[in-house]
Amino acid sequence: MKHKTFTRGIHPSYNKGYTADKATQKARLPERVIIPLSQHIGAPCLALVKRGEAVVEGQKIGDVESFIAAPVHASISGVVKEIALHPHPGGSKVLSVVIDGDGEEKTWNPIREDSEIFAMKADEVRKCVREAGLVGLGGASFPTYVKFMPPKGGKVEAAILNGCECEPFLTADDRIMTEHPDKVLKGLKVIMAAVGASKGIVGVEDNKPAAIAALKSAAVDILPDVEIVLLETKYPQGAEKMLIEAILKREVPVGKLPLDVGVVVNNVGTAAAVYDALCLGKPVIERIVTVSGSGINTPGNFMVRVGTPFFELIGQAGGLATLPEGEEREVLNGGPMMGIAQRNLFAPVIKGTSGITVLAGKRVKPREHNACIRCASCVSVCPMGLMPYKIADMGRLEMVDDFKSWSGLACIECGCCSFVCPARRPLVQWIRVGKIKVRETARS
Amino acid sequence: MIDQAFIVSVLTMGGLGLAFAACLAIASVKFRVEEDPIVEAVLEALPGTNCGACGFAGCHSLAVKMACKEVAVNACPVAGQEGADMIAKALGVEAVEALRDVAVVLCRGGDAESVKSASYRGDMTCASAVITGGEKDCSYSCLGYGDCVKVCCFDSMGMNANGMPEVFFDKCVGCGACVRACPRDIIEMHPEDKTLFVYCRNKDKGAAAKKVCKVSCIGCMLCKKDCEVPGGIKIENFLAVIDYELCPQDDVAIKRCPTKCILNGENVKMTSASFAAQNTLNK
Repeated sequence: MKHKTFTRGIHPSYNKGYTADKATQKARLPERVIIPLSQHIGAPCLALVKRGEAVVEGQKIGDVESFIAAPVHASISGVVKEIALHPHPGGSKVLSVVIDGDGEEKTWNPIREDSEIFAMKADEVRKCVREAGLVGLGGASFPTYVKFMPPKGGKVEAAILNGCECEPFLTADDRIMTEHPDKVLKGLKVIMAAVGASKGIVGVEDNKPAAIAALKSAAVDILPDVEIVLLETKYPQGAEKMLIEAILKREVPVGKLPLDVGVVVNNVGTAAAVYDALCLGKPVIERIVTVSGSGINTPGNFMVRVGTPFFELIGQAGGLATLPEGEEREVLNGGPMMGIAQRNLFAPVIKGTSGITVLAGKRVKPREHNACIRCASCVSVCPMGLMPYKIADMGRLEMVDDFKSWSGLACIECGCCSFVCPARRPLVQWIRVGKIKVRETARS
Repeated sequence: MIDQAFIVSVLTMGGLGLAFAACLAIASVKFRVEEDPIVEAVLEALPGTNCGACGFAGCHSLAVKMACKEVAVNACPVAGQEGADMIAKALGVEAVEALRDVAVVLCRGGDAESVKSASYRGDMTCASAVITGGEKDCSYSCLGYGDCVKVCCFDSMGMNANGMPEVFFDKCVGCGACVRACPRDIIEMHPEDKTLFVYCRNKDKGAAAKKVCKVSCIGCMLCKKDCEVPGGIKIENFLAVIDYELCPQDDVAIKRCPTKCILNGENVKMTSASFAAQNTLNK
């Protein structure tokens, strides 16, 4: 049977075999965590603790009065060592709270019965979700409680859970669906009630049979009328706009949100975290991270505290594989398509870190680029229907007005164009330059 | 006959041409717009490159503003003293000393001095490299891909063998194109008589700054203590900042600098000739 999908896109090699059937292990409690005060899209948090102050696991340590924001919490108990600029996996340096742990671990006991949770009012859910610091755990890190606010007069028809995980190597969402399908579906039930959606849909790519089976058997008791939609394994199936197109055949206009077409999309991990936040009162202090790639000795899926430095987690995955003389490796925050290369391993795992991919060998060869031959491969794969070769050049040459009028800002930076370009042109990088220039011009 | 057709067409086209030329000639006299002769005189003294360094759209807009006496006669950094004098004469005002602004690259962490723990494989321009931070560990330093040199249309910058851009003091006209091109904001324009600069923009704590570069400012405060005028040098965010109104431009304050990041620009000044000599030496 042919499964649903969107138009265009690519088929990279998925490499999920490294970790797909490895159960999630609990990572060792880190001795020191670095918690950036900005782990979401929106205004950065202000620190609520001082140097030398004792904090307990789950304590709120940063918040800000802003519409689009999410507070951050201490992921381990201990003492605040300093509040200073630290490397962020996104590439810049961000004000972060460093906590030296005391080795104690808190047990989280249920504070609400399931029946209580499903009877909660939408306002209450939103408040709890905000206080728990929930953001989209798929990687974009958009504050979740904002998604739970339907526009005035607008009606939300469907709540979609995104279980595609189209990014190669990563299996964090796969594992959460296989191991905790009950949490995922209960989370979906809460989300449906909070946004007033009558339909609940889980979209899963057809390369995850175990997850699909687990969801189907769990759905019988929890949410019998949930629709589990099988989607073709294609990149970027997990991009929000592509997912909506595949499942509902609706197009989200440029610059608008899924809410504007009556849909709310959340990651499956986020749904499970919503349930944890309401049931246990537990904020986002840990998440599943896939550590994978040819440059890792024993790849695996780990339940990791937010703020754990990359080197510590990589150490638990058997460390970095030794390389032949003269070869280089590439450590990415995320997968190979959209992941951001790290210059060292001091950056911490944040709420949006779904994986650490270490590439080695011939994948890391320097890429010399040649002239564009106008083959239009990039145009034929761009899921947003843009003309990447054109907007990339506009970005490179800083033609800000043209870049805007050719919808450069609509680019989702999925990387399909750079992936297929036979001249190996760094198209996404140039489009990013263009976006930066647009922002700079808007400011001045 | 062929001859006749030829003659007719030449006459027709020629005649039409003459008729239109006559129209234009009459119109140019009749509808002539008188331009202020002062503006024309000022425009004569300006370089006419429309580089935008003055902040106006081009030389003509500046000339109009100058003629209205809305801006000073030395507003064009490219015209220099000679130009300012000419403009002052045309406007009938007193001559002012024209101070040229010169670009200063406030980072000396080249390939030899800076620590590089990663290699960069993307597009080799500063604008692209700044997204991931390039090769050097210092997140404030020069990226070294030469965007500033590429935009300089007066041939007054070059990349040296150490991977750092150099400004040729003799050729820089002060248009500021390099300042706008630098994504790390390490190039600044300063009047040519100012020579004392802190050649570092690292705002990290001293220990962290020292770890990534041999010539970083570590905020040790020695220059602040040694400065003869109190307040002449301040430390902000672990970085020395010179107040040009107060600080004397001499070597007293900078002698004890442990990393030699605060220097008298007089000693490191590069001209196009000395740069060329150095480069041939390196080759």
